[in-house]
Amino acid sequence: MEPEERPPDAQPPEPAEPDASLLHELVGHLRRNRGELREEWARRITDAQLLRVMTGQEIFSEVTAVYDNYVSALETGSVETLQAYARELSERIVPRGVETHEVLGIVLLLRDVLARSLFAKYQDDFDLLNRILDAYEPAANRIAVTVGVSFVEERERVIRDQQDAIRELSTPVLQVRERLLILPIIGVLDPSRARQLTEQLLGAIQRHRARVVVIDITGVATVDVTVANHLVQTVEAARLMGASAIITGLSSKIAQTLVDLGVDLGMMRTVGDLQGGLEEAERLLGHRAPPRNRPAPTQ
Amino acid sequence: MSVAILRHGDYLIASIRADLSDGQLLALREDLSRRVGDERIRGIIIDVAALDVIDSFVARSLRSIVEAAALRGAATVIVGIQPDVAIAMVQFNLNLESLRAVLDLDEAVAALDRLTDPEDDPDAG
Repeated sequence: MEPEERPPDAQPPEPAEPDASLLHELVGHLRRNRGELREEWARRITDAQLLRVMTGQEIFSEVTAVYDNYVSALETGSVETLQAYARELSERIVPRGVETHEVLGIVLLLRDVLARSLFAKYQDDFDLLNRILDAYEPAANRIAVTVGVSFVEERERVIRDQQDAIRELSTPVLQVRERLLILPIIGVLDPSRARQLTEQLLGAIQRHRARVVVIDITGVATVDVTVANHLVQTVEAARLMGASAIITGLSSKIAQTLVDLGVDLGMMRTVGDLQGGLEEAERLLGHRAPPRNRPAPTQ
Repeated sequence: MSVAILRHGDYLIASIRADLSDGQLLALREDLSRRVGDERIRGIIIDVAALDVIDSFVARSLRSIVEAAALRGAATVIVGIQPDVAIAMVQFNLNLESLRAVLDLDEAVAALDRLTDPEDDPDAG
């Protein structure tokens, strides 16, 4: 593709600068009709059944704040204040379960409400209406994008934080007694988590000088070939560190799945439930030969 | 010398201090297998705590040491595999079934005691 030839003096086409007086008039209109438009917007939010987790009063006070920020963003062309407010608002509403589609819906509703009021006001002068809309639309779209993106970013931040927290919490290695560890696995076992879990387990084996590890997978919802292979590797790695592993909590469904999949679990010692696993572990530990320095049996 | 071989009662403790070349690994096998017979050794402890990586050749060499020693009448345990090394070994899919691994020297001696003295074995009684 050939780059377009351009005479050296030609300027790149600039987006038409919205007429300052038009914008001024627009903002003036929105300020004058603030009360009415705000109510119309809040009403349409309720009608569309958006923000159902919030009370009408809450919606109205947020609507007021967003409306004022919105108008001043239109006036100044700077979305920073609105962006900061959107972040702060998202921080409050994300934990309450407000969805992305609701936030986008609300912002678009405001855009529609304002556009309609412009249509109504300038319906007699089509040319002026066009120019007003030229000024209004890019700014309104930019505002909509800003609010939507702020919300999504906030939500992603919350999700990331929660993922980190879950990751930290969900792989505790517990010492039950001397040389016996329990590793309860809860949730989804993906490759990165399986690896992290194995590392933690091996570190704990070294620290506690564990001889037996009970790995309880009652909390693992599904076991497929990948998960089974992770378990086999974990067991094998524990063995290389000198610890025997016992797997407990294989549900009947999972057991049948594994048999159907043909996963080779021959190397693994499995026991039905955690209680049985602990008994088996005690047996393994209890059967350890005592140190050699005991008195030799008399011949 | 990158392998120190110490005697502890009826056992030999071979402590690998640094990554070994292929030739050194073969020499170690030769050395251990000879001393098992000459000194009436009943157990060998191979300490690999200093190794940062155990690749397929090292794993195979360890296995061949274990098997050669077994033919000469001595049991072998591996001691001191580091967590990272263990993870790497299972990911390389090395065939490790014949390697008996324990955590530290106390465990190694206890394991050899069990292995070499069947009358002590509670399972037998």
